[in-house]
Amino acid sequence: MRRLSLFVVVVFVGLLLAGCAPAPTASPAGSAEKATSGEITVYTALEDDQIAKYLPAFNQKYPNIKVNIVRDSTGIVTAKLLAEKANPQADVVWGLAATSLLIADKEGMLAPYAPEGLDKIRANFRDGRNPPHWVGIDTWFSAFCVNTKELAAKKLAMPTSWEDLLKPEYKGLIVMPNPNSSGTGYLSVSAILQLKGEAEGWKYLDKLHDNIALYTHSGSKPCKMAGAGETVIGISFDYRAVKQKADGQPIEAVFPKEGSGWETEANALVKKASIKPAARTFLDWAISTDAMKLYAASYPITAADTGMAIPAGYPADPIKQLIKNDLVKAAAERERILQEWMKRYDAKSEPK
Amino acid sequence: MTTTAYPRVQPWRFAHHWTREQWLQHILIGLVTLWLLIGVVLPLAPLVSRSLSDANGQLAGAANFVRYFRTPGLAWSFGNSLLVAGVSTVLAVALAFGYAYALTRTAMPGKGFFRAVAMLPLYAPTMAIGIGLVYLFGKKGLVTTGFLGLGERWLGTAVGWDIGLYGPVGIILGELLYCFPQALVILVVAASLADARLYEASHALRARPLRTFWTVTLPTLRYGLISAIFVCFTLAFTDFGVAKVVGGNFNVLATDIYKQVIGQQNFSMGATISLLLLTPTVIAFVLDRLVQQRQAAALTMRATPYQPKPSRRADVLATAYCALIAAAILIVIGTVFYAAVVNIWPYNLQFTLRHFDFRAVGGGGAAAFWNSVRMSLYTALIGAAVTFVSAYLIEKTKSLRLVRSAAYFFSMIPMALPGLVIGLAYIFFFNPRQWVIAGLAVPNPLNFLYGTMAILVLANIVHFYTVSFMTATTALKQLDAEFEAVSASLRVPFYRTFWRITVPLCVPAILEIAIYYFVNAMVTVSAVIFLYAPSLRLASVAIVNMEDAGDTAAAAAMSALVILTSVGVRLLYEVVARQLNQRTQRWRVRET
Repeated sequence: MRRLSLFVVVVFVGLLLAGCAPAPTASPAGSAEKATSGEITVYTALEDDQIAKYLPAFNQKYPNIKVNIVRDSTGIVTAKLLAEKANPQADVVWGLAATSLLIADKEGMLAPYAPEGLDKIRANFRDGRNPPHWVGIDTWFSAFCVNTKELAAKKLAMPTSWEDLLKPEYKGLIVMPNPNSSGTGYLSVSAILQLKGEAEGWKYLDKLHDNIALYTHSGSKPCKMAGAGETVIGISFDYRAVKQKADGQPIEAVFPKEGSGWETEANALVKKASIKPAARTFLDWAISTDAMKLYAASYPITAADTGMAIPAGYPADPIKQLIKNDLVKAAAERERILQEWMKRYDAKSEPK
Repeated sequence: MTTTAYPRVQPWRFAHHWTREQWLQHILIGLVTLWLLIGVVLPLAPLVSRSLSDANGQLAGAANFVRYFRTPGLAWSFGNSLLVAGVSTVLAVALAFGYAYALTRTAMPGKGFFRAVAMLPLYAPTMAIGIGLVYLFGKKGLVTTGFLGLGERWLGTAVGWDIGLYGPVGIILGELLYCFPQALVILVVAASLADARLYEASHALRARPLRTFWTVTLPTLRYGLISAIFVCFTLAFTDFGVAKVVGGNFNVLATDIYKQVIGQQNFSMGATISLLLLTPTVIAFVLDRLVQQRQAAALTMRATPYQPKPSRRADVLATAYCALIAAAILIVIGTVFYAAVVNIWPYNLQFTLRHFDFRAVGGGGAAAFWNSVRMSLYTALIGAAVTFVSAYLIEKTKSLRLVRSAAYFFSMIPMALPGLVIGLAYIFFFNPRQWVIAGLAVPNPLNFLYGTMAILVLANIVHFYTVSFMTATTALKQLDAEFEAVSASLRVPFYRTFWRITVPLCVPAILEIAIYYFVNAMVTVSAVIFLYAPSLRLASVAIVNMEDAGDTAAAAAMSALVILTSVGVRLLYEVVARQLNQRTQRWRVRET
């Protein structure tokens, strides 16, 4: 199966750029200094097991660039980035939710840079300004990880939709990431609020809260907990579910009927007094064909067409699974929604 | 050396009366005070001022405290922390009391074994204890599932028992295991100070054992008990690791600080909560000091050590009691090792070493482990040297009395400082490129330390300073002051006396301090979690990261490595210490 083109769905990013009046002519890539040696600090929210595959490829090509990875959940990396505004520690942001980068950009923390090969990136996967402040690499979306063995042992039906999760028989069996720290948590909450509208959405989340056993710090943990039987249903994301099933855990990847919330993971150059040349080299590599192919091995939707088949375990038509999502709105309302979420659910500090 | 320096010059005399040796001594005392100021006292200032500022650094008065107590989830945490710390303290001290009693007052066999096993939790990061509990009592734990269904297959009925681990139950169990050895150490020392003559008198008066217990045993242990309670409460109240792993949605102060600082990067709120965290520990510390001052010498010159007589019933009972507790400790730690080598818990129990390949999980992997070993070694070596020299200068020199008592007081402060507070204070103190003092911007001369190995080592030395300092001071107090007096009258410079006499005599204490630093630096997470740099990951922090991401098996594997290392180093120490002690401590044994 050929990879599907995506621009039909992802037009919304462009909205942000309306004010910036971009003229998307090809910019002279590599206008700034680069290097094949040095040491850089990279902030990322990519999965640990993905980094373990991607980074060696970079190291092989640039053995003299030492990359210090700071990996944490989306919310944490975002908060860290923003907190260090006065004295940024990161040189590069790699694979962080676009909504987070939009916030950092608003704070003036990103340096414009057009990495080599930018012309291959789909227009809706990048900042429309030239040179862009951020460039996307892939899209990830919400999925449920359901432990089939535990489900069978409890004689429960397989949930297939968000609505199913409200059923009383799943009470205490669902684990969900905390949207404050987890990008996956936020895209799921944001998806529900966009699908159902604010009022109905919060009502839904109130009911869901009654069934939730635990809010985790990371978006992958609910799936890993489901894989270990510590919970039956984990609200997580596509790659995690598919990967753990492939690893032999008793996991079924469920893509909810109403559609999945989604986000674009993107890269950016951090604005600081002295930008290291190796940081640009890294950003060039991070959207190169080699890197894209690595991304495509774990995600069905990538920013550049790689011609690779959709990895096994994904819906045949991943684009259809995605809800209509306004990333700009999601970024603009992030702070307010998270505050509201905290007020409603984090305050209930009783165990379970 | 030109003039006779004896008797000593008073500190208020003019400097030119000082000899070169005194100059050196004064400079050294000054340096000790300076490092204590930089390491302990000064970093607390920005912590306090930040707790009174809003997120942007503007002065906000008590607003943070008000906001904290107005946010229902957060205000709960304070009560939660008090609750779990209180309950686990009572349980830990009670159980340790029985254990210490068995070790010191009965003639049960296998005391060496029981003592060693009871100390095991000291060699594990507290997250590891939590992880052990998850694999025992979690949803798919051994106990919860009746040994993964084996019990059901063998016995025909379901034997699983779900204790509802995630929440207060789990935290209390974990803190209990963590505090138990700490309480035990204190109680065993207190119990070994008993005067056998009191027991003989009690026996001669035909007091029943229970009466002897109430009138002799308990009063001698009173101060030990109070100390144990304060120490356990402080530890359980401020511990982060257990609550992080098994706390579930049950928030405590320590995890709140982590969430505010790491999760939301709200350093001001983190500072606010850390001051709240500090309150009970400071109160406990002050009370403990007051009580200890009242402790008169329980052991007089004529006291004779108590030798427990064999009594079948008591010995069997004591053995059973200790065996039960030792088994509980061994099972929890053993489960960590088991979980580290199982393929997919609980569905595929095949043996595997794949979890020890840390490349596909977060936290920095094998490099983090070696960084931890290096950091612990530096902490042990530098810490032991600095602590001993500081204690020597404060205890054994005679001039600059005021300065020395200030330094002594500074040395006591770290006891009351939780690791999270030290870590946070260090960020505020070392990270900014300039300090703003009374509206004036001053370049920060210590900024270069931030993000280096040096700041990690400094944080560890300070975190575990007071206990080490007390160990050194106690050892030094045992040495007669005549050594210094005689040396001085023979015009031997003090540093030669120090090097030729004091140090060799105190070798056991110095080694003890070094090993204490090593083990604690290896397992601690609280002080370093805010301070490590991306290029300098640590094993204990890696455990937190792996656990955060749900890679519990890898976290168990890293925990196993840490435990093996600290226990291994301890064993190595025993061997080396025996050899060294034979060489340097011969004088203690009277040739007959």
